[in-house]
Amino acid sequence: MPNKKVLPPNASALARITRHQIIIPLAALLLLAVFNLINDPSFFSISLKPNSNGDQILSGNIISIIDNGSELAILALGMTLVTAASGGQDISVGAAIAISGSVMLRVLCGADARAETLQAPIIVAFLVACLVSMAFGAFNGALVAFFKIQPMVATLILFTAGRNIASWINNSQLPIVKEESFSYFGNYIPGIPIPTPFIIAIVCFIIMFLVLKFTNLGLYVQSVGINEKTSRLNGLNPELIKLMTYVILGLCVAVAALIKVSRISTINYSVVAKDIEMDAILAVALGGNALSGGKFSMAASVIGAYVIQFLTTTLYALEVNAAALPAYKAVVVILLVVMSSPAVKEKLAVVGKKFRKNGAAAEKA
Amino acid sequence: MLNMLRTDGAPKPPSRKMTDTNLLMTITIVVFFAMYICSIVFLGEGFRKPQTMLNLISTNSYMIILACGLSIVMITGGIDISVGGVTALVAMSCAVYLEMHDGNVFVAVLIAIGIGLAFGIVQGYLVAYLQIQPFIVTLAGMFFARGLTTIVHTDPFNVTNEAFVTLKDSRITIPLLGSTTKKGVYIPATIEIGVIVAIVIVAVLFCVLKWTKLGRSFYAVGGNRQSALLLGLNVRRTTFISHVICGLLAGIGGFVYFMHVGSGSPSHASGAEMNAIASSIIGGTMLTGGVGNIVGTLFGVLSLALIQSIVASLGLDDPWWTGITIAAMLCIFLVVQSIIIARRKKANKAAGAV
Repeated sequence: MPNKKVLPPNASALARITRHQIIIPLAALLLLAVFNLINDPSFFSISLKPNSNGDQILSGNIISIIDNGSELAILALGMTLVTAASGGQDISVGAAIAISGSVMLRVLCGADARAETLQAPIIVAFLVACLVSMAFGAFNGALVAFFKIQPMVATLILFTAGRNIASWINNSQLPIVKEESFSYFGNYIPGIPIPTPFIIAIVCFIIMFLVLKFTNLGLYVQSVGINEKTSRLNGLNPELIKLMTYVILGLCVAVAALIKVSRISTINYSVVAKDIEMDAILAVALGGNALSGGKFSMAASVIGAYVIQFLTTTLYALEVNAAALPAYKAVVVILLVVMSSPAVKEKLAVVGKKFRKNGAAAEKA
Repeated sequence: MLNMLRTDGAPKPPSRKMTDTNLLMTITIVVFFAMYICSIVFLGEGFRKPQTMLNLISTNSYMIILACGLSIVMITGGIDISVGGVTALVAMSCAVYLEMHDGNVFVAVLIAIGIGLAFGIVQGYLVAYLQIQPFIVTLAGMFFARGLTTIVHTDPFNVTNEAFVTLKDSRITIPLLGSTTKKGVYIPATIEIGVIVAIVIVAVLFCVLKWTKLGRSFYAVGGNRQSALLLGLNVRRTTFISHVICGLLAGIGGFVYFMHVGSGSPSHASGAEMNAIASSIIGGTMLTGGVGNIVGTLFGVLSLALIQSIVASLGLDDPWWTGITIAAMLCIFLVVQSIIIARRKKANKAAGAV
């Protein structure tokens, strides 16, 4: 929730801190961390263990959070831009990951699903997948920008068709990549104890940070999101900017697909990245970004993504049934959004004021 | 100035121009009948029997109910993506109640309605009074319902409760539509009980939306919140009621679905929410709110069902074709809608500027 109130200079330190949007996901992260610390301090232990290949790798719950949260965090980057510019969300990212991964495998394995050797270099497969998923992003973006269809509805098309297209590309076969170097992207590079997905995610963050820092993309996206008409009057092209955010999301999807496919060296069209679109949207919302568009904070979204992964891992550590996980997630999410809803905030502020008044009165007495 | 002078002529004669709602609905109905006639002419045999159509309606009666609820929420300017989850939860809860606790069918119906209402009330309260985005609230609702379904029971199973099986297998015969087989045996045309429920709901909602104050306030709130507020409508309560109705219908739809499949499973009705939204949109409801019609929604559901069976009977057996054709159809409808609305806006502007 972007707080537009200008605080008086003598506002308390607490008010100053809570002004920042990033405080919401950070508070959630802290809450989860404290909960885990009380529940089971060994949750945070990290150890160096040899994996099945004999390489020394880091392991522990924290490592698994930063490892498994990578795809989500990368998607959150693109989703934040899309949300900010078009005031809506792309619900087709999961399906797009299936398409992108399917294309990647098709290029790598060729027509034979059990090919012994790679038919094309990994980089070529990745680039082709990037192009395809950017094209699908452009399709979504064109529907939103030029046909003025609400983003959720426009992306519903690809959401419905995506997994079907993915299985069509490979003729319903499930190709398996035998080349070992392909699995590095989703697991570990020999000799480096940090999971590769996290490294890829960090690289993506840095690129996004540099892009936002040295180009006007962030500014333009926000101005289009806040008021399309005024930004047009100021010489921007809102349609093009909206389209661009969807293409960028397409790129993020391709990177996430690379990690997802590489993790298991194959793909399952109906299961891969299932419900990730919901998690990505939640990450944006948890980051305190208005889902109706406008101002955004990229860092807050990324932290929001890791909060969700943290929550998932915490629930696993509590030995919650994997299928029942969504129910607990939902409760936590509802609590978080209720706490940050304007109506509740106002009421809390009133209660806080009363409390302070009473305190002051007591002091005087 | 000219504009103001001409205000007497400003209200358009309703006979000449259709409202957006009626226009979009008409397109859907025309497309539906065109598809049906084409399939009868070109695909023949199966489609010529009325029973094919009746089966289509029987299978999709729950979808009609869900889509009706969604249409109301969408007309009011919101969205509810928890209906699929609620359907699965209702089916599972009723199944467990009937099978493992040897329950009574009547109580099972009450359970279904209770679950639906509970979801509707909680989500409606969060959306209307705490002003949280409906998408996030109902997304959490969907997660919650899906998770709860597996907590209630993890494995799929069939219900063998006698009273329920009797209810499930009972069919209603429609006179005059039966067909005679080659051997000369007359087979009566039948529908499931769920169809009657769906038709009653469609009729009631049609009347509510058309002729009651509540129904008109749904359109007013969805069309423009601000002016609805200025008109003295209780915007929050209207939003709340729309979610409660949607939840209630999800509960009823869940039971109708349960009557159709006769089993409980965590994977039931997966993707139903998106299908319901797609049907609503094809039926002419706009997600921005203020535009939509229950009859359109009914035909939206039937169009989707029809195109699926056409694809199947064309011999495109590969599982991916269904999804791709639905998506293509959705795409075409959306683009047509957007073009029509854009043209209309332009025409209105031009008319206003003269």
